[in-house]
This record gives sequence, structure tokens and C-alpha cells, in this order.
Amino acid sequence: MLDPRLWQAREWVTALTLAAFGLAPVFTELASQPFILDLIARLMILAIAAVSLNLILGHGGMISFGHAAYIGIGAYAVGIPAYYEITNGFLQIAIAIGASAVFAFFTGLISLRTKGVYFIMITMAFAQMVYFAFISIEEYGGDDGLVIETRSEFGGLFDIEDTTTFYYFTWVSLVAALYLVRRIMRSRFGMVIEGAKGNERRMQSIGFDTYKYRLTCYVIAGMICGYAGALLGNFTSFFSPEMMDWTHSGELLFMVVLGGAGSLFGPVLGTAAFVLLEEFLSGITIYWQAIFGVLLILVVLFAPGGIDGFLGRLGRKR
Amino acid sequence: MDWGLLITQVLNGMQLGVLLFLLASGLTLVFGIMDFVNLAHGSLYMMGAFFCATLTEWTGSFVLAAFLALPLTALVGLAVEIIVVRKLYRRDHLDHVLATFGLILVFDTAVQFIWGPAGTAIPLPEWLDGRVEILPNIEFPTFRLLIIATGLVVAIALYWIVTHTRTGMLIRAGASNRTMVSALGIDIGKLFLGLFALGAVLAGLAGLMIAPITEASIGMGNEIIIVAFVVIIIGGIGSIKGAFVAALLVGLIDTMGRSFLDSFLKLFMSIQNAETSAPAISAMMIYILMAAVLAFRPQGLFPPKGR
Amino acid sequence: MTAAFLQISNLYKSFGGVAATDHVDLEVLEHEVHAVIGPNGAGKTTLISQLAGELEPDDGQVAFLGRDITRLPPHARAQLGLARSFQITSLMLDMTVRDNVALAIQAHDGHSFRFWRDARRDTALTDRAMQALARVGLEGRADTIAQQMSHGEHRQLEIALALATDPKLLLLDEPMAGMGSEEAARMVEILRDLKGSKTMLLIEHDMDAVFALADRITVLVYGKVIATGKPDEIRADESVRRAYLGDEAG
Ligand SMILES: Nc1ncnc2c1ncn2[C@@H]1O[C@H](COP(=O)(O)OP(=O)(O)OP(=O)(O)O)[C@@H](O)[C@H]1O
Ligand SMILES: [Mg+2]
Repeated sequence: MLDPRLWQAREWVTALTLAAFGLAPVFTELASQPFILDLIARLMILAIAAVSLNLILGHGGMISFGHAAYIGIGAYAVGIPAYYEITNGFLQIAIAIGASAVFAFFTGLISLRTKGVYFIMITMAFAQMVYFAFISIEEYGGDDGLVIETRSEFGGLFDIEDTTTFYYFTWVSLVAALYLVRRIMRSRFGMVIEGAKGNERRMQSIGFDTYKYRLTCYVIAGMICGYAGALLGNFTSFFSPEMMDWTHSGELLFMVVLGGAGSLFGPVLGTAAFVLLEEFLSGITIYWQAIFGVLLILVVLFAPGGIDGFLGRLGRKR
Repeated sequence: MDWGLLITQVLNGMQLGVLLFLLASGLTLVFGIMDFVNLAHGSLYMMGAFFCATLTEWTGSFVLAAFLALPLTALVGLAVEIIVVRKLYRRDHLDHVLATFGLILVFDTAVQFIWGPAGTAIPLPEWLDGRVEILPNIEFPTFRLLIIATGLVVAIALYWIVTHTRTGMLIRAGASNRTMVSALGIDIGKLFLGLFALGAVLAGLAGLMIAPITEASIGMGNEIIIVAFVVIIIGGIGSIKGAFVAALLVGLIDTMGRSFLDSFLKLFMSIQNAETSAPAISAMMIYILMAAVLAFRPQGLFPPKGR
Repeated sequence: MTAAFLQISNLYKSFGGVAATDHVDLEVLEHEVHAVIGPNGAGKTTLISQLAGELEPDDGQVAFLGRDITRLPPHARAQLGLARSFQITSLMLDMTVRDNVALAIQAHDGHSFRFWRDARRDTALTDRAMQALARVGLEGRADTIAQQMSHGEHRQLEIALALATDPKLLLLDEPMAGMGSEEAARMVEILRDLKGSKTMLLIEHDMDAVFALADRITVLVYGKVIATGKPDEIRADESVRRAYLGDEAG
């Protein structure tokens, strides 16, 4: 894996994409196109969310349709303390991760007792519950959303008010999230998650309480996504409950599947494709969402495995 | 206690309940028999509303428009089934939700293209636009009563079809045993197509009935569809009876929560706390109900047999 | 006299009014190979599923090592030392053969809440996985994705999975189902090696295998136990001949 001589299309794309993201600040400076930096920063934040969704969806076989809720929880974990002038970033991130864990734990406790389509709908409904709860809390802006006046502060260690610093903060976060998921999936725990996806009944019959493992995995994914939410809150300096509407959970699913569910890096590619296409198409026509819809249907019908699957086939041909 | 308000809110809750039932019954049939998850069901609800809006404008009559809009919605349902949905029956649920999510994007954009980004109001004829006195000194909008009545009639008709007709027998057989239906030599493709169109009509009916109150707008189905999911989860997926009971339950609890929870909370906590927490709690109430039902019955209140 | 290792009392289960397990009493002693035979649909798989915890009995008790396990979920029973193999192969088909077995070993190690170390480089795991595979003769196939193996190999892996949890009691549901005669002979060898050290409840249609391996045999017909005894007694039993062995032995 770490030996470039053995790399195939998939590994090359992964390495080059991460390197390109890492070097982007230099080039955008040269080309004086700072908006591209913003675009990639947003892309990377969403990619962290997609990577976390992929942990439960692609690796764990749990089709959660409520992942956007964690983005909201994470963003409000920055916004609400900031509203009370608590801007300590460590604290805010701890709240984001902690609150996501609590939410994931309690909703997972119930959702994971169910199977199949029940699970899809229940995760969706719980997310919608958070959405409506925040809409009705006037104190934090209700459906107008909450302006986040100051970005998280990290006690002088670094200052994410600075665009480039924030960008690298995000880049490191993405790389760390990928590394974390990779480690988890290769660990004993990850083996159990993978096994339970393949054949839950057999896993129980050899002695695994799959429910506990799945719940843990569900909580971990929620925590990672909550972290992404904290980043997004800082990035947009504004958060509206609308960003956790279930259609955004659907978009996250689309990103994962477009990139390739169950592959480590697929979700990053899927998110990149999604965000760049969105940027490009919305510049051409206000009806770009229809193109997305058709694309989504076509991907489902004709391109199982998504971008990663395509790269895998490329690799094999050589 | 203000009895007039209570009765009005019970009726409002029932009105929401029957609308939810119209949506949920289509969803639950399509899922129960075809094992197909249709997120785009809310789009059919929206199409019913927009067809009715335009037809009301052309014909000048809401009632006539409503009767014309239903077959149009059925046509849309047929087209969707033939072009996309039938290719997905053999796929897994993830593929279902993704592809039908794609359909939602297409529908929402198409409506924006045809009808423009703003909503379209539907004027009601005078005889429907007023209020009637249902009890001494208690008035209720005529049109809302009509919605409730229509919903109840449809519910009874559906229940009768499912329990008393040959088609209904197939539906029940299909809900618990798909292979048996094909073994009976029934053209399962046609059965699915017909059911999908029926679901579309029911959704369209719900949409065109709510539109005179809220107006037809883009994405109007995307919010209520989640509540319809909550309904069929509570009721038990595949069960018409469950959909009906759960729809009324959800409609009533949601409406009651929104109007009475703050006065109720004031019994235990300070007025200020009650007023800040009531909206949030009432918004979450149906989800809490769902969680509570599932904690005890993971298959819902009326799980169909053999699933 | 050895105390009953597994004690089934008055076990009853019906599907839509038809009894599939009809008040079954059965005792498995430590270190014995106890075969359960019976015609198709006799309720053998249903019985095993209730012992393994996948089906809940309507009535009766199952006690294992003196402990009532009737309401325990499958994973808890596995942790107590009960392992089953499936009549219809049930594997983690997307994973390699080694990973399949490694998972069973992991399960036996206690909890798997270990998030960091690479399980595939954990020699404590992989070495034992290879040993378990060697026991059923699959060591050469360790890196194959389970899906890509032959039916016979699937059956072998099925047994390897059950064995790898190092169970006290093995519930084997037709381990030789669908095997060629050579493969079946090999399976008999594998099971013969285990005989004496492992307690087994063996369901099998292959009578040669049953009579070669079993210390005692129970005959199940329409969910009822019609006879239990030593192989010779069963062979000689008139009601068994009539109900079951008749056509084969006759
Ligand atoms: N889940 C179920 N629902 C309904 N009936 C069932 C179910 N499982 C088994 N049965 C019925 O119970 C009876 C016993 O089935 P079982 O599979 O236990 O038989 P068996 O002895 O294992 O047969 P075989 O030798 O074919 O494997 C059969 O009549 C079968 O049809
Ligand atoms: Mg059997």
C-alpha cells in the first residue's frame, strides 16, 4: 500500500487528489483565484461527512438517511457557545463530538433494533426531529438560522480566521479522518463490522453481539460527522436548520454512492465530483438539480461501485 | 378549558390525519407488496396539487379540476413506474432511495420550469370557502370538513378493497408472500403497475386537497413525506389498517401538541420555561411517539403477517 | 455416569399450528457423538435452531452445562461454548477464507472492541486461523474470497467456522449435505478426529456416516422422538425400521 511501485489507478488517484488538495493554496495564490480555495475547503468538509457516512453505510451496511443531523449538531455546537461568547475551539469541538455521540447513541439504540427499510426511515425521521427542534428554538435564530460571529479559537496555537490556516486545518482533518477510518476498518472491530454487513446471522451464531458493535460504529460515525459539522459552522459563519433537512442527508448518500460505497477514498471522490459538478452546472442553468437527479438515477441503474469501482476496473485492465 | 378550541383542534388533527393516511396508504401498499421504497411519493402529491391549480384556472371550477387532475397524476405515476421504478424492484433498498431521491430532484426542477419558482394558489368556489356551524357557536371551515369526509370515504373504500375483493386478496397475499402471487399465474408486472398508479392517485388527491389551503408549491411533498413515513413505521409497513390508525394518531398528536402543549407544561414549570420549550417539544412529539412505539414493537402496531 | 451436558426437556415449537418440535426430550452426554436422524421435514433443523437460539421454542427448556439457556440469544450461547453449522451454508461470502475463520477465533477471544491494531497482521489471530483451516484441509485457500470457492469447500469452511470458536458442544446440521463421496469421506475423517474430544450433536442423512460416528442415535419423525439408543439398538428397532430406515435398510 505504501509502496508506489505497487500502486494502481486507485492508489494514484488517492495520492494525487490529496496532494493536489494540499498544494492548492500555493497555486490559487499564484493564479489569484482565492475562491477556488473556498470551494475546496467546503468540499473537504463535506468529504469528512461523507467518509463518516461511508463508515456505517459502505462498511457497515447501515443505510442511514439522517446523517445531515450531525452536521447540524456540530455546527450548533460552535454557534451556540459562540452566541454566549464562548469561543474556545477545543471546547466547541468537544461539545460537537460529544453531543453527536449522545444523539447517535440514543437514536441508534432504537434504530438499530430494526432492519432494512425501517432503519432508513427511522434515521430519516430522527434527523428531521432535530431539524424541527432547531427551527422552533427562537433563541438561536429559529428557521432564520444562527450567525456565528467568531470562529473557534485555539488559544493562540493557530488562528483559523486566516483563510489558509483554516484550509490546512481542514485538510489535516480530512487526512486524519481517512486514516482513522482506515485503521478502524482494519482492526478487529472493523472485521466484526464488515462481517456483520456480510452475514449478521452467522456473526451472531459464532458469538458476536452484532447490535453492540453496530451501535458503536454508528456512534463513531456520528462523532466524525459532528466534527465535520463544527468545521462547516466555522467555514460558513452561519448555520440554518435548513442545512440538516433530509434532502441534504440524501445528498451525502449520493456523494458516497457516486464515489463508491465501501471503499476508503471513494466518498472523497464522490464529494469532489458532486461539489464541482454543482458549482459548474449551477453556473450554467438554474435547472441544474434536474441534471443531478438524472445523473443519480443513471449511476444507480448503470454504475454500481461508483467512481471507485471504475478505478478498480481500470487497475485490473493494466 | 376552551371546548370550542378543543373541538376545532381535534377536527384539524383529523384533517391532517386523513391527508397523512392518503399518502401513507399508497406508500405502504407499494412497499408492502413490491418491497419498494418510494421517496418520490411526495412528488406525486405535489403534481396533484399543481395539475389541479392549472386546471382550476382553465376550467374555472375546482371540483372539475380535481376530477381531471387525478387521472393526470395517475399517468405520471404510470410513467414513473415504467421508465424508472420497474427497473429497480430487484435492487436493494439503497438503490430505491437513491433513484427516487433523484426523481424528486427531477420533479422539483420540472415544476419550477413549468410553473415558476413561486407557489400557485387555488381559489375555492364560494360554497366551499365558508364555515359551517358544527355545534352551537362552534364553526369549522367547510372545505376542511370535506377533506375529512373524503379521507374517511377513501379509507373505507380501500379497506373494503383489501379485505373483500380478489385484487385485495392478491394484495394481502403479496404482502406476505410475493412468490405465491406469481404462482397463481397473476401478471405481477401489471399488478405492480396498477398499484403504483393507485398510490399516485391517492397522493395526488391529498396534494390537491391541501393546495387550496396552503397553495401548491415546489417541494411541498418533501416535508410531509417524512411524516408519512413516520405513520407507516408506527402503523406497521404494509398494513392499511395500521396506516389509518397511525395517521389519525399522528395527526391528532401533532395538532394537539402544537396548540395545547404550552398550557399543559405550564402546569409543571414556569410560564417562561413552558413557552420556550413547548414549540421544540411539540415539534418532536411525533418522533418521540415513533421511538416509543418502536421500542416496544420494532415492527409497528400492526405488522403484516409473514414478514 | 456423566451428567447431562445438554438437556432438552419437553421442547415444543409449532408453525401455524403444525408441531415441528413435538415435546422433545433429549440428553447429550459429554464427549459423545449423538446423531439425530429422521426423514425430510422431521424437524431436525428446527430443533438445532432452538438449541442455538435462533428460534424461540413455544414451550419447554434447554439446559446447557446445568444452566437454563432457553431464552438466551444466539451470541450468548456461542459464548458459553455452543457452536452450530448450517445445513444451508452461511458464510461471510465477501471476505477471505482466512478472515472468516479469524472472525470465529476473534469471537472466542472475548470482545472485539479493539480499534487500532491491524487484525490481519495480528499473528495471534492469523496463526490460529491457519491452524483451524489446516484442520479441515483448507489452508491452501486462505486468501480466496469465500464466494469463489466450490460447494464442497464451502461445507468445509462451514465446519471450520464452528470449530474455530473452540466450542464445548458442536451442533452440526448435515455437514455432508451435497458433498461428493470423496469429500464426504474426508468430512467423516475430520469428525472422527474430533470424536472423543468434542461433544457433538450430529444431524445427517448419510447413514454410513451416522453409523460410523455416532455413539448414540435419536430418531425424530414428525417432530417426535420415536427412539433413542446405541446404533445397534436403533438398527434393530422395529418402529424405526417401519417409520424411517425401512426403505433404506430394507
Ligand atoms: N420458518 C418456518 N416457518 C414455517 N414452517 C417451517 C419453518 N421452518 C420449518 N418449518 C416446517 O417445519 C417442519 C420441520 O422443518 P425442518 O427444516 O426442521 O426439517 P428437517 O428435519 O431439518 O428437514 P430436512 O431433512 O429436509 O433438512 C417442516 O414441515 C417445515 O416445513
Ligand atoms: Mg434440515
